[in-house]
Amino acid sequence: MKKKDQIFAGIIFLIFIIILLRLWQLQILNTEKYKKLAEQNRIRIIKIPAPRGIIYDRNGIPLVENIPSFAALISPEYADKVDINLLSKILNIPPDELQNRLKTKIESIYMPIKIKDDLTFKEIAMLEARRSEIPGLIIQTELKRHYPFGPATAHLLGYLGKITEQQIKNNPQYQSLPSYFLVGQTGLEKLFDERLMGIPGEKIVEVDALGRELRLIKESPPVKGEDIYLTIDALLQEAAYKSFDTLTGAFVAIKPDTGELLALLSSPSFDPNKFVEGVTEAYWNELISNPKNPLLNRAVQGLYAPGSTFKIITALAGLEEGVITPDKVLVNCNGGISVGQWTFGCWKKEGHGPVNLRKALVESCDVYFYELGRILGIKKIHKYATLLGLGSSTGFNSDEKSGLVPDDEWKKKVKKSSWFLGDTFNTAIGQGFLKVTPLQMARVMAIVVNGGLKVTPYIIRGDEPRKENLNLNPKNLDIIKEALSGVVNEPSGTASGARSYIIKFGGKTGTVQVISKKLKEKVSYKNIEHHAWFIGFAPVENPEMAFSVIVEHGGSGGAVAAPVARNILEGYILKKRQLNVKN
Amino acid sequence: MLKIDRRLISYFDWITFAVVLFICILGILTIYSATRPPLDEGEQPPFYVKQLIWLAIAISTLIAFVTFDYIKLKNFWLIFYIIGILLLIIVLFTGKTAMGAKRWINFGFFSFQPSEIFKIIFIISISAFLEDKQSPLSIKDTLKTLLIFGVIPFLLIIKQPDLGTAVLLFIITFIMIIYKGLPVRLLILLLSLLIISIFFLWEILWEGLKEYQKNRLIAFIDPSIDPKGIGYNIMQSVITVGSGGLFGKGFLEGTQGPLKFLPERHTDFIFPIFAEEWGFIGCFMLLALYFTLFIRCWKVSIVAKDSFGKLLSIGFTSIFVLYFFINVGMTLGIMPVVGIPLPFMSYGGTTLVANFVGIALVINVRMRRFELFYP
Repeated sequence: MKKKDQIFAGIIFLIFIIILLRLWQLQILNTEKYKKLAEQNRIRIIKIPAPRGIIYDRNGIPLVENIPSFAALISPEYADKVDINLLSKILNIPPDELQNRLKTKIESIYMPIKIKDDLTFKEIAMLEARRSEIPGLIIQTELKRHYPFGPATAHLLGYLGKITEQQIKNNPQYQSLPSYFLVGQTGLEKLFDERLMGIPGEKIVEVDALGRELRLIKESPPVKGEDIYLTIDALLQEAAYKSFDTLTGAFVAIKPDTGELLALLSSPSFDPNKFVEGVTEAYWNELISNPKNPLLNRAVQGLYAPGSTFKIITALAGLEEGVITPDKVLVNCNGGISVGQWTFGCWKKEGHGPVNLRKALVESCDVYFYELGRILGIKKIHKYATLLGLGSSTGFNSDEKSGLVPDDEWKKKVKKSSWFLGDTFNTAIGQGFLKVTPLQMARVMAIVVNGGLKVTPYIIRGDEPRKENLNLNPKNLDIIKEALSGVVNEPSGTASGARSYIIKFGGKTGTVQVISKKLKEKVSYKNIEHHAWFIGFAPVENPEMAFSVIVEHGGSGGAVAAPVARNILEGYILKKRQLNVKN
Repeated sequence: MLKIDRRLISYFDWITFAVVLFICILGILTIYSATRPPLDEGEQPPFYVKQLIWLAIAISTLIAFVTFDYIKLKNFWLIFYIIGILLLIIVLFTGKTAMGAKRWINFGFFSFQPSEIFKIIFIISISAFLEDKQSPLSIKDTLKTLLIFGVIPFLLIIKQPDLGTAVLLFIITFIMIIYKGLPVRLLILLLSLLIISIFFLWEILWEGLKEYQKNRLIAFIDPSIDPKGIGYNIMQSVITVGSGGLFGKGFLEGTQGPLKFLPERHTDFIFPIFAEEWGFIGCFMLLALYFTLFIRCWKVSIVAKDSFGKLLSIGFTSIFVLYFFINVGMTLGIMPVVGIPLPFMSYGGTTLVANFVGIALVINVRMRRFELFYP
């Protein structure tokens, strides 16, 4: 044999060795990896959303439901063969918009394309009648989230939306979900998403390279989400929504002895039903361009100076510290008080005359509280304000704002200037740097009427109430409570105009000066009215509810906020009687 | 009427024939498996039936091609070669376009691939041409061979475009020249010239490639660059082979083919289908069959009675080995993807018949290795 023949055979041999080594590498060393990849090719896991849990109010009224709805979809392989004109006629969608919808490929090329939600029965009938002319048509039944109370519960319940990338990043349990899944984006839908979501079903199918489903390998049905029972009273919530009407503001009501939230309303609101299948651009723009910011939940995130409602705390501090007695006339109000070159006025320019604590509260005399503030000093005021839960979140949920209770140290640190007596005056009557949320103020009211228990507001029925005894003197609380009844029920009270003949309630008005008088002259009058506060409790004997009302730029608390509170209470009671609902 | 000497029948290489037949039957089984529809999807052309018919035609052709003395072919090589070149030219003008390439001539009732016929003509012609030349070749003869058999067909076939076949025939020309005998100095000179010209002409060559050819080369270097696009075939092919494991998934149990994850699964990518179902052990057996075949063909070049027979058998052996290596190599991701079939296994009538002609001629040479003594 010649040498070149040997080389030739050698090359053939070498080629076979190379191929065998490569086969060894693929089929023996890495076979598990490739088996898995081959399976991933072939097996597709389709997640099926579980029906979400229902959210009920304290009386078992559903605040959100799942209602069946019908949607028209087109299989992607027919997307460019569809008779646009025919569909356009039946579904009443302009042809070019229909064309656009068919072009958007969601998730993957295998997913049917949704062209219309919420089909009417007439539309379904017409589609079915002409089905033979519409290849690739799928009419799909789905459960849609529906909020029967609409805007009334929007901030409370929140809304659903497709999972965002951020959410997938932050929540490991979302990682396995396809992006078309709807999850809670705000409110309770978000807070309790995991419980409400249930366990998605799974369909394991074999698919070919084109993504066509060939056969079902395994199927596990979805498990419905957990139902959630709230402490909220739907009727109160709705009464509040109706009473606010076009006003901007918030209403929070809690059960004083437990902290159960009875109502949590922010106005203006939005329609959460419009968010269910992805909000339209037009509606979203409308919401975000609205200067009143309907997406802000004012009940827990709105920060306001408490105004005269804060006098409750100053008064309580005075009593607890023993620097005043209820009957002691502290000042003779002649409409103001002078400190050095500054004059601090009372809201009532002609003055209140001799004022004791009760009168100071009922008629909201500023001069009395200036004097009391001066006697107490900012440290004591700060102590009681924080004791009653201002300046920190109530522990209700994480979206809550904590607000601010100023003192000299804070001012030095943040404002880089020293504390003046004038600052104490302002703080004593609830103006100046103070910032509170309506939820915080509702709880302050609760503490006053429940005998000094600092309750943590909560919303899930059956949760253990959390109470902290502040060790306040019940007598002092009773004195304040009695005076607050006078605010509404006595002719001289600042809220006497809001007195109700259906339910006897008490409370404290507040009017927050929003901007200086100088500026007020420049800007149009309308937008810069004072914020109107009313925090109260009802009924006066044995209170079942403590609440706060704020109306932004509403005017005075007595003239605006207290009547809103009255309307809410009356509307609620009348509705309850009408429906004969027990508490 | 041709008469065959009985002794010739006894010299007929039954083993080679049986090995080829066995590979063909494995091929038909694999074609059946690869094209079986996973669901009733209507008309699936029964490729395996067509291939069976082609196999019958191929066997008849084989019988026809062993009946006459191969030496007679030598006298007609120029006519063959001219016809072959003409076919390549005709296909450029009248060829049926499939997947962007003009490779077929359509005769209405059937279409065939001239480049497959040309392969046969090419080996016969180059063998005949080189036989008369002195060994080692002179520079003049070398250049002549390179021009007539290397450059001209290369340019015509690359026009189709069929880069794979073109390059292959060029390589075969080289092998034949080296086999015939080339002074070492000339060999080194030629190789360095080739390397230098590739080095300098790289830009032009690269620009001259079609987009898909470039993509194939890029994908070969890194299939993960675009797993859904250019690298898809390679990735899926490697997955298919790898998922077979040691014992394979079993005949008709493979998923990658019938679910259509692997493209060209009954033609160029038939090997992965086999590998998925029969595993490493099956592949080893198949490789053993091919190895047996190639070594037997190679042996013919040693025992052939004349230089023409030697060149003929070494030419066909080279072509089989190269087709085999490049095809299997590309399905394993160790060779760039070029559209060439796996001999005797891939679906395709012209190729099968052409390969059988090749085997027939090798057997022919072997049968007549002693004939010199029986003039």
